[in-house]
Amino acid sequence: MTTQTIKMFDLTPGKLLNKLSGYAKEQADNFNLQQTLKSILVPGIAFIIFLVIWGASASQVQTSLGTLPGPVKVWQQAMVLIDEHNEERVKEERFYERQEKRNAKKLLEDPTAKVKIRSYTGKPTFFDQIWTSLLTVATGFLIASLIAIPIGIISGLSPILYGALNPLIQIFKPVSPLAWLPIVTIIVSAVYVSQDPMFSKSYLTSAITVTLCCLWPTIINTTVGVSNISKDLLNVSQVLRLGWWTKIYKIVIPSSIPMMFAGLRVSLGIGWMVLIAAEMLAQNPGLGKFVWDEFQNGSSNSLARIMVAVFAIGFVGFMLDRLMLMLQKKVSWDKSAVLR
Amino acid sequence: MSNEHLMLSQVSIEFPTPNGLFKALENINLNIKQGEFVSLIGHSGCGKSTVLNIVAGLYEATTGGVILDNKEVNEPGPERAVVFQNHSLLPWLTAYENVELAVKQVFKREKSKVEMAEWVEHNLSLVHMEHAMHKRPDEISGGMKQRVGIARALAMEPKVMLMDEPFGALDALTRAHMQDSLIEIQARLNNTVIMITHDVDESVLLSDRIVMMTNGPAATIGEILEIDLPRPRNRVELADNPQYNHYRAEVLKFLYERQHRPEGGAEKKSESGNITSIGKAKTKAA
Repeated sequence: MTTQTIKMFDLTPGKLLNKLSGYAKEQADNFNLQQTLKSILVPGIAFIIFLVIWGASASQVQTSLGTLPGPVKVWQQAMVLIDEHNEERVKEERFYERQEKRNAKKLLEDPTAKVKIRSYTGKPTFFDQIWTSLLTVATGFLIASLIAIPIGIISGLSPILYGALNPLIQIFKPVSPLAWLPIVTIIVSAVYVSQDPMFSKSYLTSAITVTLCCLWPTIINTTVGVSNISKDLLNVSQVLRLGWWTKIYKIVIPSSIPMMFAGLRVSLGIGWMVLIAAEMLAQNPGLGKFVWDEFQNGSSNSLARIMVAVFAIGFVGFMLDRLMLMLQKKVSWDKSAVLR
Repeated sequence: MSNEHLMLSQVSIEFPTPNGLFKALENINLNIKQGEFVSLIGHSGCGKSTVLNIVAGLYEATTGGVILDNKEVNEPGPERAVVFQNHSLLPWLTAYENVELAVKQVFKREKSKVEMAEWVEHNLSLVHMEHAMHKRPDEISGGMKQRVGIARALAMEPKVMLMDEPFGALDALTRAHMQDSLIEIQARLNNTVIMITHDVDESVLLSDRIVMMTNGPAATIGEILEIDLPRPRNRVELADNPQYNHYRAEVLKFLYERQHRPEGGAEKKSESGNITSIGKAKTKAA
């Protein structure tokens, strides 16, 4: 280092500058390396400490189903669930193969024969259940957003409408999904009567319950976002005599997108939490039902399997939030804004 | 009187407050000719912006009214384009798109797509922004944003251009550049302009007439000063011009000797009735 410094003195200014910038770059690379190490190492260490504490304390708790499972047991059960899923897939494939052969044979013997194609009816695996849950929450969330965003925009623009809706919003916002569920169940079974139902009732009940709980944060945040649009921009829209629709999509929506997405993210988070409870009670074949079934099952592996579900629920919830963040980044005009 | 371009007659405005009505303006009478550049000057809070907003149609006068080309002003519209103090460009649109929004709105029937594109570019080149047309407001400087704001207003081909302290937020050098640009544009287009300012040099340099306002509440026009300097005006040459300096001194005297205290509303009332003849410099003390 010292020899380098001395050497610098007999360099021409241009070379010196090059040398210096090279040095700075090296420093920056080092810094980046340190940053990445930090960003991986610190959470990693925290996670290991968590696992150790969990493993040590879990073995101390005796339950009717044996000791509380530690990380190792939960990991094993996760593997078992993956294996079960793969086996089920293989079974399903075989089933369809057999069916195809049978049908081909039938047609060969008698070309006019009616061929029956049945779908596989094996029990849903853990991953099927995650998929069902995702589909249900997506449905509920989508319906909620389609209702909440327009209401939010209109009540943000009109103080009178806001005054009218606000008490209703404030009353319904804190209602637990468990209170909605019985009402929704009764209404769905009364209204949704069909010989050949496209959706199962449990799916509809869960999705609608999610909708009812997802509405409020989006409505409130969109309203606040819209009512905080800069007065100057609204003046511009008046001077230009923009039509109602042009004003909405040129001025109102772009400027309230950050708040709108804040609301949507809270809504989706709530929706995912609500869904698990709704599925438990409505018996929609998703993660909630998985947890409930394992709880009822009460085998020595149940607790570990429920914990796998807990981690899966947490991970999916986290991914859903990241997904919304990505969507926000894509839609937002202000690419430089820091989103977290 | 009917051949006047823009007429403000007996305009006063009251705002409701928790303590009752607040009279911001009283008995504003002003006639403006086609192609005239008028600046409104006065201390902050005297209601200059309120006058402008009434002409723009954003506020409604409590009594009296504004008539533009024999039509009463009762709502905002592009024939009275506004250049806002803080540029008010839509931050999610580029400079080009900001001007385009106005052009599409105003000329959607008269111009074809190609003509509209040309018109947008023409107006941006008037304010020397052709190099940064496709940048968004957060990527350009404050002066450039205001240039785009002016281009947007010009592109509407307004009958009157209303400028609300357009250069107030800019540094002195940029402001001088912008004033020169405005002189240049004004020489080409000869628009009717009402500009609010609190910069004495700016008002003398740019205006045909300076309307000096008394302090509020119930502010009104104190004096009107006719600026009879030949155009094109050059700030460097004018610096030594005795006439220019006389005008400057007149405005300064009004602002700092007669209007320096917010009180004095009682005398204003008696004087406001006398402002009927237009175009003559009035020298009336508050």
